Amino acid sequence: MTREPREEDLLRESAPQVLGALVRRYGHFDACEDAVQEALLAAAVQWPRDGVPASPRGWLITVASRRLIDRLRSDRARQERETAAAAQEPPGTLLAPGPGDEHPADRDDTLTLLFLCCHPALSAASQVALTLRAVGGLTTAQIASAFLVPEATMAQRISRAKQRVKSTGVPFRMPDENERPDRLRAVLQVLYLIFNEGYTATSGPALQRVELATEAIRLAREIHRLLPEDGEAAGLLALMLLTDARRRARTRPDGALVPLAEQDRALWDREAVEEGVAIISRTLPRAAIGPYQLQAAIAAVHDEAPRAEDTDWPQILALYRLLERVAPGPMVTLNHAVALAMVAGPKAGLDLLATLDSDTRMARHHRLDAVRAHLLEMAGDREGARSAYRTAARRTTSLPERRYLEGRAARLTPLHE
Amino acid sequence: MKYLLMIHMNPTVWETLSEEERNAVFRAHDDFQAALKESGELVGFAALADPSNTSTVRVRDGVASSTDGPYVEAKEFLAGFYTIDAETPERARELAALIPDARYTAIEVRPVMDESGLEM
Repeated sequence: MTREPREEDLLRESAPQVLGALVRRYGHFDACEDAVQEALLAAAVQWPRDGVPASPRGWLITVASRRLIDRLRSDRARQERETAAAAQEPPGTLLAPGPGDEHPADRDDTLTLLFLCCHPALSAASQVALTLRAVGGLTTAQIASAFLVPEATMAQRISRAKQRVKSTGVPFRMPDENERPDRLRAVLQVLYLIFNEGYTATSGPALQRVELATEAIRLAREIHRLLPEDGEAAGLLALMLLTDARRRARTRPDGALVPLAEQDRALWDREAVEEGVAIISRTLPRAAIGPYQLQAAIAAVHDEAPRAEDTDWPQILALYRLLERVAPGPMVTLNHAVALAMVAGPKAGLDLLATLDSDTRMARHHRLDAVRAHLLEMAGDREGARSAYRTAARRTTSLPERRYLEGRAARLTPLHE
Repeated sequence: MKYLLMIHMNPTVWETLSEEERNAVFRAHDDFQAALKESGELVGFAALADPSNTSTVRVRDGVASSTDGPYVEAKEFLAGFYTIDAETPERARELAALIPDARYTAIEVRPVMDESGLEM
């Protein structure tokens, strides 16, 4: 990611608005998306050399429109009607107002684009890639490097996603009122996926992926700004901020994972914690409760404890009980068991964990073994803990997790072995 | 999630194939590569030379030594691989079944370790 930071921000913020303006005018989401991407690339070359134009967005719309018209013209197979209409309309009439003037369509465009990119007809990987390019304004090369796949592969994924959007014939407008809650949930899920892709990155080549967490927060902030009344949009932003706040403490310089209880809390980003706590505090009392808000509330309780031993576990346990009612699932039960163990002792936690043994989604999952190991260690069963840590280490497909779990197992190995 | 699809080769089995059958295997690989490129799931692939070209390197007490031949002697050996980026393990296995060698020997599907990790 090599562009100048300020120009990069400007380009990325403009991307959905420029694309929205083009699609509303010309249709052809796929061709418009390519044209905007070309305009963004042109700007990345020209602006550092010639200076940023007075109206960056107008510049982008003009350049993207020209590219689009050239393309539509050269493609005789396309409907001539639209080509003619596009050619007659000078790009100047599309110019967005200058900075400071809020274009009324911008709000809808960003949201409409998000809904389109996270359309349920697309696979999760396609939703993620298309969102990052069409709404996030990232280049294919940037997305490819973040996901550690060749650029050609990512290009193909994006192109297929656009073909799919085209073939489903989804119009470029907000989904109907009655399907909007489901569609918004899909959008939030895609953003959380992008966030986790970046948040879990530790070291080495994965470090670039940190940008993904930043991008997910930027987009979540945008949705929260556009839909301030939506509790789950607020909850997701708070959850991301409160989780991301711990990033610097989460790994040692050599890439080793540091568990929450052992993190140096002085390294936490206090500003992000405060912002996350403020958002969740004002959202919880007035919005319909949902899983992102509850997870954010749990993260807030963790982040507000000055030391690990100050953590308000009864509060966290109450929140997990609520979460288990609102959004039950094996991962929730898993974390619930940890909270229960902290309040009622490891035996209670282990009993709850045992209910997951028959769950086919979890039975061979390393997280179940890892939590069991932790609770057995708490209970003083060193042998059982060591064996469960080793099982977890074998089952995980994450290098830093394996290293961490092997380390825990080794700590429990008697010296004479 | 990325997976390595390992193509195992058994020369005894391979030698029993007719030229036509062998050519069909090569063609099927071309088709498989094209399909993976088309679907946006291809990360990389390579065919490996016969194990008779292999040397094995060891370092003991700081001294490197090299011997001819593979580390593990076996009837079957790794003949090539595809690295794919698939959304589910089921999809990875579905793709593995499209590799022509699956009909004669076997394809091993192994997840590639991720550099990322969750807070524990």
